[in-house]
Amino acid sequence: MSTTASPSALDVSRAARPRSTRRRKQADRFGDALLYGLCLLAALLSVAVIVLIGYQVVHGAVPAISKYGLGFLVDTTWQPNFGEFGAGSLIFGTAISSFVALCLGAPIAIAIGLYLSLLAPSGVRGVVAPLVEMLAAIPSVILGFWGVLVLAPFVQGTLEPWLHDTLGFIPVFAAPQTTGSSVFTASLILTIMVVPIIASISRDLFLAVPRDVQDAASALGATRWEVVRGVVLPSTASGVVAASLLGLGRALGEAIAVAQVIGAGSEIQASLFKTGDTLAARIANQFPGALTEMHKASLFYLGVILLVIGVASNLIAQWIGRRFSYQGATAR
Amino acid sequence: VSGGSFDPMAPLTPSGNLRRRHLFSRVAEYGATMAAVLAVAVLAIVIYTVVVRGASALDLDFLIKGAPAGIGPELVGTAVIVGIATVIAMPIGVLVALFLTEFAGNRATHLIRLTLDLMNGLPSIIIGLFVFGLLVNHQKQSGLAASVALAIIMMPLIARGAQEVLLLVPTALREASDALGVSRWRAVLGIVLPSALGGILTSTVLSVARAAGETAPLIFATSVFDPSRYSLNPFEALPNVPVRVFQLSEEANPEGFAEAWGLSFVLVSLILFASLGARALLARSRRKMAS
Repeated sequence: MSTTASPSALDVSRAARPRSTRRRKQADRFGDALLYGLCLLAALLSVAVIVLIGYQVVHGAVPAISKYGLGFLVDTTWQPNFGEFGAGSLIFGTAISSFVALCLGAPIAIAIGLYLSLLAPSGVRGVVAPLVEMLAAIPSVILGFWGVLVLAPFVQGTLEPWLHDTLGFIPVFAAPQTTGSSVFTASLILTIMVVPIIASISRDLFLAVPRDVQDAASALGATRWEVVRGVVLPSTASGVVAASLLGLGRALGEAIAVAQVIGAGSEIQASLFKTGDTLAARIANQFPGALTEMHKASLFYLGVILLVIGVASNLIAQWIGRRFSYQGATAR
Repeated sequence: VSGGSFDPMAPLTPSGNLRRRHLFSRVAEYGATMAAVLAVAVLAIVIYTVVVRGASALDLDFLIKGAPAGIGPELVGTAVIVGIATVIAMPIGVLVALFLTEFAGNRATHLIRLTLDLMNGLPSIIIGLFVFGLLVNHQKQSGLAASVALAIIMMPLIARGAQEVLLLVPTALREASDALGVSRWRAVLGIVLPSALGGILTSTVLSVARAAGETAPLIFATSVFDPSRYSLNPFEALPNVPVRVFQLSEEANPEGFAEAWGLSFVLVSLILFASLGARALLARSRRKMAS
């Protein structure tokens, strides 16, 4: 744009505008208002949707809430045919499967983040980073289907017997069952889902650690691991925790893949190799076939629990990320 | 620096404690590399299985015909559902992003970003429950309800992506248009949006790739359908790929498994091509705008 903005030209345009282009100015005022209004409307709509989601889920659960109250959370019976419902075993199953997934997934994901940010040559990084993110792009239903037909037989035939033989004295690793459907298989599937989330966030965190601080540590004689241990990890710890919480939120809320591989058991058991069930998977499995209103309301109640847990983990992750952030290197 | 016993002839290789530290560091590096290899290996195994088992089921009849022989209706149904969801989610997502970058003050920005983050982190099954309560309960299942659910999943992704590229639009462009006395809406429509268009489109494609495989909300919205019949009517339950895979995987039927592998193959290849292509475009447009 090569406008010659001499003062006189400006004066002319300013003086001329009100008279000659009043209509245009009106159109501008209208257009500005319209654009602002539309944007505001969209923003308000998104807030309204969140509120409505909370309202609808709680509203659907009202019959179950008023019948069972908070005792629902610890009651472990779930017998739709007798009209008795309790979420105890499901909360247990959700906690166990997500906890195992996070214990397996977080260290692997953080290691991947370290590899991608500090170790990998740039050519390799450009290939491996998108591949790891592609892992997150695979639909959960397909991962679950793969889990049923490929992973479960392997887990049941190879992995579980091996773990049972070596660590069987711990009740967590009891004798495997005849089908591959188990809490352990579900945890492995969840691990696959959690890893790319934590890995990509922690990679971004590690990349934001100032290079000169790392170089200073190296210059003082620290080995590569000591730089990571002494500089990179401490300065990003809060962000990594926040990333892990986001991954945990994903694992807690995953319904479809877990429903496919966990085997829909209804008891609380110490062994990981038995069937179990989670809040989300129970909803996905039973909602289409739910006949009584109380059954539906109880499934909505499970949704309320899931909503509270999910929102809480998300908010805590954000709070940690912001509260303890390192020079703007916050988790998103 | 250390005492007097400095031997200039000593070899420059680590010994003792230093050697141990180097060894430990080396082991840690191998560990990190192995973790990356493991993740890529898992991806390779999953994709390999899907491709090998899916490709054998695949031919033209399989792609076109209805239920026992093929998967045509599911593909069309998913396209309709995702298409309507995109039409709903894209304008709203872009407008929200515009609100964040052009109009919102600090407090409003905070609130909207919190909303988007919460919406993004919401388990998709909750969105399914919501849509069931709002649109399906006391009525009937419909493709439209499924589209609304997918739109809720897509909107925060589009808004986030659009906001990122809108922030990359050079301030000089905005200042130039202000200096020329261009009104806000003309500046937004004529300058800001066009220069961010590439980024907005790629983030839309990424969100489509994410939504196309979502299953949980569709179980509530459109799961009772006839997989042998084509349908384009969004006011009735539409056959669709994810729910069909879910249903087939729950039945222990080898023929059903073969069909499900075929469906998985088509869906995974569409999603991966879309997301890889969008990512490549995104990287290119970012580089272009940054320079």
